[in-house]
Amino acid sequence: MSRTHRFPVFALLSAAAALALACAGCGGAPSASPIPTPSTTPNVQPIQVNAGPAQNYYTYSNGAFTSVTLCVPGTTTCQTIGGILVDTGSEGLRVLASALTISLPQQTQNGDPVGECAPFVDGVAWGPVVTADVQIAGEKGSSVPIEVVGGSSGLGASVPAPSCTDQGTPDQDLPDLGANGILGIGPFAQDCGVECTSTYPISSGQNLEWYYTCPGNSSSNCTPAPADLMQQVVNPVVTFPTDNNGVVIELPALSGSPPVATGLSGSLIFGIGTQSNNGLGNATIYQIDPMYGNFSTVFNSVEYSDAGFIDSGSNAYFFADSTTTNMPYDANSGLYTPPADEAFSATNVGYNGATGTFNFTVESGDGLFNSYPNDTAFADLAGPSTYTQGPSSYDYFDWGLPFFYGRTVFTAIEGAGTPGGTGPFFAY
Amino acid sequence: MKTSLLVGCAILVTLAAPFPANAWLGGKVDSVQSDRVFMRGTLKSTAGENYSVQEIRAANGVIVREYVSPSGNVFGISWKGSTRPNLRQVLGPYYDTYGKAVQIQRAKRFIRYVRGPVRVEGSGLVVEMGGHMRWYVGRAYVQALMPPGVTAKEIQ
Repeated sequence: MSRTHRFPVFALLSAAAALALACAGCGGAPSASPIPTPSTTPNVQPIQVNAGPAQNYYTYSNGAFTSVTLCVPGTTTCQTIGGILVDTGSEGLRVLASALTISLPQQTQNGDPVGECAPFVDGVAWGPVVTADVQIAGEKGSSVPIEVVGGSSGLGASVPAPSCTDQGTPDQDLPDLGANGILGIGPFAQDCGVECTSTYPISSGQNLEWYYTCPGNSSSNCTPAPADLMQQVVNPVVTFPTDNNGVVIELPALSGSPPVATGLSGSLIFGIGTQSNNGLGNATIYQIDPMYGNFSTVFNSVEYSDAGFIDSGSNAYFFADSTTTNMPYDANSGLYTPPADEAFSATNVGYNGATGTFNFTVESGDGLFNSYPNDTAFADLAGPSTYTQGPSSYDYFDWGLPFFYGRTVFTAIEGAGTPGGTGPFFAY
Repeated sequence: MKTSLLVGCAILVTLAAPFPANAWLGGKVDSVQSDRVFMRGTLKSTAGENYSVQEIRAANGVIVREYVSPSGNVFGISWKGSTRPNLRQVLGPYYDTYGKAVQIQRAKRFIRYVRGPVRVEGSGLVVEMGGHMRWYVGRAYVQALMPPGVTAKEIQ
C-alpha cells in the first residue's frame, strides 16, 4: 500500500498562485536574496522545557517556553512576559490579556478596531489586534501586529457569536491556553496570509472568518473583514531588521532510561546562515509545500503525502493509528500506552525530494506520567494522529517537541533567502 | 489506497440555485448543496455501493467531503485545507454536542496538559481534528447514522 501521487497538481498550482500574491503584497517579509545579510545582533534567546505557567491547573509536558518583551511602539514603556510557548506550528505572537500590564495601541481599519478569531487545532483564540515593538534577544521588530487573547474588559472579553464561536471552542484564558502566550515562528510570514486579504472578498456566508472590524469597540458589532498582509498578525521574525529569514531551535538530548527530565534548557536562535551560530552545517533541507507547510512522511512503507510537519507546539509525536502501530492508547490522554517500549522508524521526504530516516521510541504516556509526576520532558511520548483502523489519507505525522531533543532544527520562512535556498523549509 | 467503494460514476454537478436546507452532519443530502453555496465551491459527486461522497472544493481551496448514506443522510464529513471550515456549518446540530464533549474533556485535564490533536466523543458523535496553522484536517461522524458495513476508516 504505497502512494505515489505525492503532491496534487492543484495544490502546486494554487500554492504557486498564493505565493506570487503573497510576495506581491508583502513589504514586511524578507527579500528573496539567496545570501542573507550578515548580522552581529545578539540573536540567542534562552528557552526552557518546564511545567509552564499554568501550574496551578496542571503540569505541562514537552512544552518549550520563553519570554518576550513588548513595548508601546516608539517608547520605553515595556513589559517582559514569560511563559510564552515556542511554536513552529503557528505564525504570530499572541499574549493573554491577563498577562499584559501595559496598554498597547489598538489596530484599526478605517477607524474601526480590528479583532481576530485565530483558529488553532484545539479551538479558537479571540481578541483585539494591537501593535507593539517586540524584542526577543537583541532582535527588535517595530509596530508589530500581535493578538491579545481574552481579557476581562474590552473587545477580548466577549467572543463574537455566532461567527467566531461557531469556528471552535474559544481558548481565552490561562487554563485553556496553558501558556501566557504563543510565539508563532513557523514557516509562514503571516498567520492567515493571502486568503484573508480582499483577494478573497468576504461576503455573507464566507467560510473564512479570521479578521473582524468592530465599530464602537464592541464585540456585538464585530463583522468579518479582509485584512491586508501588512495588517495581519505577523511572524515576529520577519519584522526584525536582521536575522529575519527563519529560526533555529536547539534542545539537548535526553539521556537515561527512560529518557525523561524535570526540565531542559535550550536556545531559540534567530536567522539562518546570518551569523556563526546559525549556519546550516550538515543539516538536510526538507522543502515544504508552500501552501500548506508540509512534507511527506513514509511509515511502514506507506507514503503519507503532504501530511508531515515539525511542530514544537505539539507536545508529543502524533502519528498513524492504533491498528497501524499495533499499540494501545488512552483516549483520555490521547497518548499511546504500549506495555513495553516500541521502536519505530519513519522517513521524511521533502518537497525537494530530500529524504532522511529517523528512529524513535514510544513508551506508555500514562506510565511515564505516573512514574515521573514531577518531570516535564519526555522523549518517548507519542499518540495517534487518528483513530482509523489502518492507513488512510486522513492520517498525518506531527513531529512534536520530542523531535527537537538532541537535534538542531531550522525553520526557514516563505520567500526568505538562506544559504540553503529560499524558504519555506525545515532542516535538521 | 483502497478505492473499491468509490467505483462508479463521478459526476460534476453545477447548480447555481441555493437550497434552503440547513442541516449538515445528520442532515439530508440536500444540505450538501447549501454547504456548497455557503463555501462558494464546486461540487463533485462520487457514487458508491454503500454510500456516496459529495466533495466540495471551496473557493479558497478547502476541500470538504460529505458522506451520504443510501437513505440520503450525511453520516460523516471530513475537511482538509489552509483554513478550517465553519464548524457549525459542517457539524450542524452536532456542533453543540461537540462543544459539550470538549468541555467534559477539558475538565479531565487536571494533572497533565498535552497539546496535540483533538478527539472528542460523545452521544455517538466522534470528532477528530489535527494539523497546524495553514493546514487543518478534521473529520466527524455519527456512529448510529453509518450504513451497515461502513467503517470510520472510510471517512477521510
